[in-house]
Amino acid sequence: MSLRSTVFAEIAAIAAEQEKRMPPITDDLVMLDTEFDSLCFALLVARMEDLTGADPFGEMDASDLPVTVGDLVALYDRAATRLAA
Amino acid sequence: MILRERLLAAGGLDGLFLSDHRSERDLAGIVSGGRDATVTAALTGRRVLLAVGGQMAAARAMIALDGLAARLALVPPKLAPEHIARIASDAEAEICVTDAEGVPPGALPGLPRIDAEDVFRAGSASSRETEWALATSGTTGAPKLVAHTLEGLAGGINTAATPEAGTVWSTFYDIRRYGGLQVFLRAMLGPSSLVLSEASEPVRDYLIRVGERHVTHILGTPSHWRLALMSAALDRLNPRYVRLSGEIADQTVLDALRIAFPQARIAHAYASTEGGVGFTVEDGQEGFPATLIGSRSGIEITVRDDSLFVRSSRTGRRYLGEAPETLIAADGFIDTGDLVERRGERYHFLGRRSGVINVGGAKVQPEEVETVINVFPGVSMSRVRARPNPILGAVVEAEVVLCAEADADLAALKKAIIAHCRPRLAGHKVPASVKFVDALPITAGGKLVRRGA
Repeated sequence: MSLRSTVFAEIAAIAAEQEKRMPPITDDLVMLDTEFDSLCFALLVARMEDLTGADPFGEMDASDLPVTVGDLVALYDRAATRLAA
Repeated sequence: MILRERLLAAGGLDGLFLSDHRSERDLAGIVSGGRDATVTAALTGRRVLLAVGGQMAAARAMIALDGLAARLALVPPKLAPEHIARIASDAEAEICVTDAEGVPPGALPGLPRIDAEDVFRAGSASSRETEWALATSGTTGAPKLVAHTLEGLAGGINTAATPEAGTVWSTFYDIRRYGGLQVFLRAMLGPSSLVLSEASEPVRDYLIRVGERHVTHILGTPSHWRLALMSAALDRLNPRYVRLSGEIADQTVLDALRIAFPQARIAHAYASTEGGVGFTVEDGQEGFPATLIGSRSGIEITVRDDSLFVRSSRTGRRYLGEAPETLIAADGFIDTGDLVERRGERYHFLGRRSGVINVGGAKVQPEEVETVINVFPGVSMSRVRARPNPILGAVVEAEVVLCAEADADLAALKKAIIAHCRPRLAGHKVPASVKFVDALPITAGGKLVRRGA
């Protein structure tokens, strides 16, 4: 599974578990404008670390904070590239 | 010091407002509205439980009741009915101020109620010192009540200074919690305008409101700020003063705020319901300078056995309730339970001595979660601890030792344990991850080793 589809699948899984209604997940979706709250976001980051070994939030520049789902995928993409290097 | 008297004496209330997600009110109107002698008589000298739904009603009632009630116990929002009952009993409440969104009908049997709308019209010329009772952010079961005086609560506020022109305060927090109450008091003792948040409001909507009201001074936990920094609406905000408290402020969030608000003063405060405001750090670095240890105006800070101790007039007076624990030691110091470590000329926070996990400002007692996990079939024992998390500071992680005969499908078992916890624990207490381990370290006394976990 690609990183992008992993991120999408985990967002959908967490939203379902936490009983949050989500609009269709797209790259442009601003996660925090939906019902996906801080706890959902925290779970997502923890699970992505378990799945990919990457914690891009822990090591990123402060200006890199993701706003959209697409930003988040890009953040994990860059982290994966760094891990592989 | 009485809130309403201070506000009336300060004058210059014209143009100042109190706003929430529903309405905006003139501060002058709130302070000097009509008085009702019957309501005043019903509340004078009473121990009052303030259990309303929204923050606007809470703010108006606090202004009406300070100086009138003997004790004012603040019920934070979204508390379970049994915890509200515990606060009512610990506060020895004689009357409950509530509204349609406050206490459910039938709850708190035997405690007379008075509608908040009526209470806004209470107030008399003579005044007494009201004791304020604040709930701790509760770990297991019911929160504890800490008694404060208004002087003590306001001890960290420079009440002599006139606020800068155009100052508008806001807080992501609820004003019935210690951190939020600090902002409420800063606004009222200024005086200045105040924008109130709403717990169920999305970050985006709150930021838009804050932007529209030209908020200049704003408080949130590091977790609130991490969320705001990821919101597309962050650019609505143009603060002069950004304050963080309630959790450990790490370098990443401090740096991100510096970049987002290059003009603003950025301060992280060390404060707690029990210990009051300890100190504020404004140098943009995490932790605090070792020079803060010692005695300064109104506060003394020391480190004993790696734990931070404070002694000051701003700390709580005592716990309320039956057989309360001792809050202040014989020498006047309060053990904050916060572990610190000195690295060079700076102290850094390591977490709580008790192992309490701070998930975005909400506390989790590990034992409560372990008790739930331990009854799951096949689980021998568990240890719950903080897992660092860039969004909420920490999430809950469980290490589980299985019985020999346990199911070997570990992935399925992990999901089943989390699913077992979900209906039995509040959302932030449910483990974000489960790890299986062969054994857990036990002390000579037979207790789980938690320190440094």
